[in-house]
Amino acid sequence: MAVPKVCGIETEYGILVRGAENNPVTASALLINAYTGAVEDQVAFDLIAEDPRRDARSPDPLDPYEFDPELEYVPVNAVLTNGARYYVDHAHPEMSTPEVRSPLEAVIWDRAGEEIIRESIDAAQRLVPDGAELLIHKNNSDGKGNSYGCHENYLVDRSLPFGKVISAVMAHFVTRQIFAGSGKVGCEFPGMSSDAVDYQISQRADFFEEEVGLETTVRRPIVNTRDEPHCDASRYRRLHVIAGDANMCEVATFLKVASTAMLLSAVEDNPDLEMPALANPVRAITQVSHDPSLAAAIQAFDGTTIRAIDVQWQLFDIARTWFEQTGGEAVGESDCALALSHWERILTGLEHDPLTVADSVDWIAKHRLISAYAERHQLKPGAAALRAIDLQYHDMRRQKGLASRCGLMTLATDEQVRKAITSPPDTTRAFFRGRCIERFPDEVLAANWDSMVFDLGADPLRRVPMDDPLRGTAELVANVLANSATARELVAALAEPNE
Amino acid sequence: MPDRIQRKMPERQSEETIESEVVESDRPATDDLDDLLDEIDEILEENAEDFVRSYVQKGGE
Repeated sequence: MAVPKVCGIETEYGILVRGAENNPVTASALLINAYTGAVEDQVAFDLIAEDPRRDARSPDPLDPYEFDPELEYVPVNAVLTNGARYYVDHAHPEMSTPEVRSPLEAVIWDRAGEEIIRESIDAAQRLVPDGAELLIHKNNSDGKGNSYGCHENYLVDRSLPFGKVISAVMAHFVTRQIFAGSGKVGCEFPGMSSDAVDYQISQRADFFEEEVGLETTVRRPIVNTRDEPHCDASRYRRLHVIAGDANMCEVATFLKVASTAMLLSAVEDNPDLEMPALANPVRAITQVSHDPSLAAAIQAFDGTTIRAIDVQWQLFDIARTWFEQTGGEAVGESDCALALSHWERILTGLEHDPLTVADSVDWIAKHRLISAYAERHQLKPGAAALRAIDLQYHDMRRQKGLASRCGLMTLATDEQVRKAITSPPDTTRAFFRGRCIERFPDEVLAANWDSMVFDLGADPLRRVPMDDPLRGTAELVANVLANSATARELVAALAEPNE
Repeated sequence: MPDRIQRKMPERQSEETIESEVVESDRPATDDLDDLLDEIDEILEENAEDFVRSYVQKGGE
């Protein structure tokens, strides 16, 4: 049975300082501290218990001497009143949305994250020396072979064998870039020259070297086996997805998440469901990306050749059938209906005239700008101005960002986004986390994904477990929160047999 | 969604109706694009070469 597709998006942003020393770690710390110092006291985040080396394919953690654990060095780590985590990761500011129950909410809180980044830039600009500038980009590569991620997370039934998870999503992760790719001028494929490709569909495709694997910074796998559920591991798995581009277009974000959630649900409900399979996914992800005409023929597992769009039509049919058979409750009925509508519209547009979906697909919106600009100024494909447009499409500064000027279709209202900057979603444990931080910032010692730790003064620290992402919702805890004047009262009330 | 009417070419004289193929363009208007290009001319990094060269990131996840 498909478990509710609780999901979330973590985005590593590009960061650059001009007019002062360019240290991305300290700049990231400054960016976050400027925001949290201005808005709220910073609440710490415990790095406990879970082992990033734990691999979904084996029951035991690996020998610690076999390879280096990827332990984060996290100089700044804030948990916000909307339940999000905002922190420095690998020399990038990273914004992780709170857990949400639906793809549309993922868009809303992802957009809220963008606004928080913009407010952070404004706050940080007041703190940097005169003439210094902080540039933040919601992208995935610097064009010089360095890449950083936009990751998704999906709650999956633990009883579904991991091999089934892999086959549910592999072909989708290779081909969904045709609607979810954010486009890139040039090439970063190892061994190929930068101008070997004029323009490609995906920011990230050049960086994938493995089909399945544990790593995230080198030898990147299309399907990541990280097994850190941050919740009850006997019931749930958290599928951690690194094979996606950061999107500026809300429809692209929405469809990226909704389509993946539906396909996972379809396989959870029917593990014997036959999914499209490719002969060489690692080769295919680059083949697809390097051909914006969408004609690239990739090899299916049965030896036939197929285009990415054909694979996507098959996946669309699988998702639609699942929705018709089940009502789509695991993802949300209205989200499913909306996603299927966009998915069909966009695939149809891609088949006949891609420019008709320039308001829904980042790589096409960007390509439209770049082509037109190149024509106006008679520029060759790899010209600096075009690479600058590529970057500036993702610029988070309001006065400089190009994406917001492209007439991209929106799904979230300004009001929804504004509220989500400070308020958590109602329907996951992020509600409890966010409200506790808002109500009792001085007593929350640490806020983790799966627990809150309170410091009530003289007493020992109190840890409130949050093992189930679907508990700690407004429905379950709004009353007890409202009736607790202090953290002490809250902890006492939660300890009682009936919550 | 654009309305599409397929053009059928009669191979022989027949009473098949010839309908013209009409593809409503959903593309954003060219005027908007020109305005957008003007805007880009204004706000694009002045020294594109320096900017692109200086844009270096550390690898992340």
